[in-house]
Amino acid sequence: MNLFGWLPRNALARQRINRAPSPLLARGVPWVTVMLGSLIPSLMLIASGPVLPPFGFLIFISWRQLRPGLLPMWAGLPLGLFDDLYSGQPFGSAVLLFSAATIALDMIEARLPWRNFFTEWLVAIGLIIVYIAAGVLLANIQGGATPLRVIVPQIVISILAYPLVGRFVAKSDRFRLLPFAEIR
Amino acid sequence: MAPPANRRSGYSRRAQYSIFFSYAAGVVGALLGVILLAVSFFQPSLFDTVRTWAADLVAPAGQATASARNSSRDSFQVIAGFFKAGSEHAKLERELAEAKVRLVRAQAVDVENRRLKGLLGLSTQEPRPVATAMLTSSTAASTRRLATLSAGRDKGVENGMPVRSAMGLVGRVLNVGLGTSRVLLITDTESLVPVRRARDGVPAFAQGAGDGTLRIKLISLGLNPLHRNDVLVTSGSGGLYRPGTPVAIVTQLTRDGAIARVLANPSDTDYVIVEDRFAPPPPTPSEPPPEVK
Repeated sequence: MNLFGWLPRNALARQRINRAPSPLLARGVPWVTVMLGSLIPSLMLIASGPVLPPFGFLIFISWRQLRPGLLPMWAGLPLGLFDDLYSGQPFGSAVLLFSAATIALDMIEARLPWRNFFTEWLVAIGLIIVYIAAGVLLANIQGGATPLRVIVPQIVISILAYPLVGRFVAKSDRFRLLPFAEIR
Repeated sequence: MAPPANRRSGYSRRAQYSIFFSYAAGVVGALLGVILLAVSFFQPSLFDTVRTWAADLVAPAGQATASARNSSRDSFQVIAGFFKAGSEHAKLERELAEAKVRLVRAQAVDVENRRLKGLLGLSTQEPRPVATAMLTSSTAASTRRLATLSAGRDKGVENGMPVRSAMGLVGRVLNVGLGTSRVLLITDTESLVPVRRARDGVPAFAQGAGDGTLRIKLISLGLNPLHRNDVLVTSGSGGLYRPGTPVAIVTQLTRDGAIARVLANPSDTDYVIVEDRFAPPPPTPSEPPPEVK
C-alpha cells in the first residue's frame, strides 16, 4: 500500500529515515476503525431486514486476531458501549458480547499457538454465528419476536465479508505504523 | 502467526499480576454488559435519551449519506429509462388517454361528494403534516427495525406520531431528540398496526415479521376471506394511525391470515411526512377522575 502514490518513490524512502510512527496513530487507529465499523451499517441503507454484517464486531475480532494485545482485554467495554448507541439492540448486548468474544479468542489463542488463514476464519465463523444468534435472542427477550431463520442471510454475508474485513484491518495496520513523526 | 512470546509469565510476579488483571478487566467488562442488559430489560426507556443524543451527534453524516443514496438511486433510474424510452413512451400515452377520461369522471364525483357532504355538514379538511424529513439511518445489522429521522423537537415532532411516505405508512415515532428522532418501522416485530382491507373493510392486525414483510392476523376467525393482491389500509382503530393510509399488499396466504409486502419500502423512500396523531393521547391515569354526584 502506498498512501502517497503521488509522491516520487524516493521521497517516501527518504522520509523513512529518522522517522517514527506517530504514537497517536499507532494506538488510536484500531479504536477509530472499530467505531467507524459500528456506524457504517446504520448509514449505508435504510434496510427492511437485517442484511448488513455487524462491521464493528468483525473489525474488532479481526484486530484481536491480527495483533493480540494491541486492543486491551477491557476494550470490549467502551467499544461495545459505542456500538450499542447505534445498533438498535438492547443496551448492553454489545458490551457483553464484545467482552465475551475477547475472552474466548484469548483462550483459543493459548491452546492453538500456530494457525493459518483457515483456522482464523473458522474461529471467526464460530464467533460470528454466536454473536448474531445471541443478538437475536437478547432482542427477543426485550420485546421482539423474530424467528431465527431471518438471520441466516446475514450470517452468510458476514462470514463471506470477514476475509475482506481482514484485508481492511491489515491495511489499517500498515497505515498505523507509517513513519510520520520526526525523531528529534 | 505465532502468539507474542511474552504471554508466558514465568516467575515474574509483575508479569503474572498484569496478565491476571487484564483477564479480570475482561471479565468485569462482560459482567457490566450483563448489568446493563438487565437494566435495559427492566427499564427499556432509560437509555433512549443517550441514544437520541448519539443520533443527534452523527446527524450531519446521516444527512450526507442519505442525499448520496437518493441521488445515486435517481441516476440509476435515469440510465434505466434511457434504455426503455420508446416502449415506455407508448405505454404512458395510452395511460394518459385513459386517465383523462377517468379525471372527468372523478371531477363529477368530486362535485357530487362536496354537495352531499355540504348537505350532511361534514368538513373535508386534510390535516397539515407536522414535518417533512429524510430517513437518515437505520439499524441494518440488527433484527430490530428502527430508523432515524432528520427532524426532531425543533420541527415539532412528538412521540407516537405516524410517519408515512407518498407510497404508504412507514412507521411511528418512538422517541424524539433535538434534531433527530427514532422511528419504529412497521416491519419491526414489536409494531402492530390495525388495518382493514381497502375494498370492503375486513379488519385485521398487521404485525412486522422482521424480514421486511408483514404478518396479517385476522380479527374474526373462520374462513380466510383474504386473497392475493388485496390492498390493506390503516383502519384508524386505537387512534394512532389516520384511517385510509395504504400499508401493504397481500402476497401469500397462510392458514389464519396472510403474509403481506409493505407498500412504502423504506429503502426506496427519500422524503417522509410526519403526521399528527389521529386522536389525542388518553388522559394520564395519575389524575383521579372527577367525582360524580
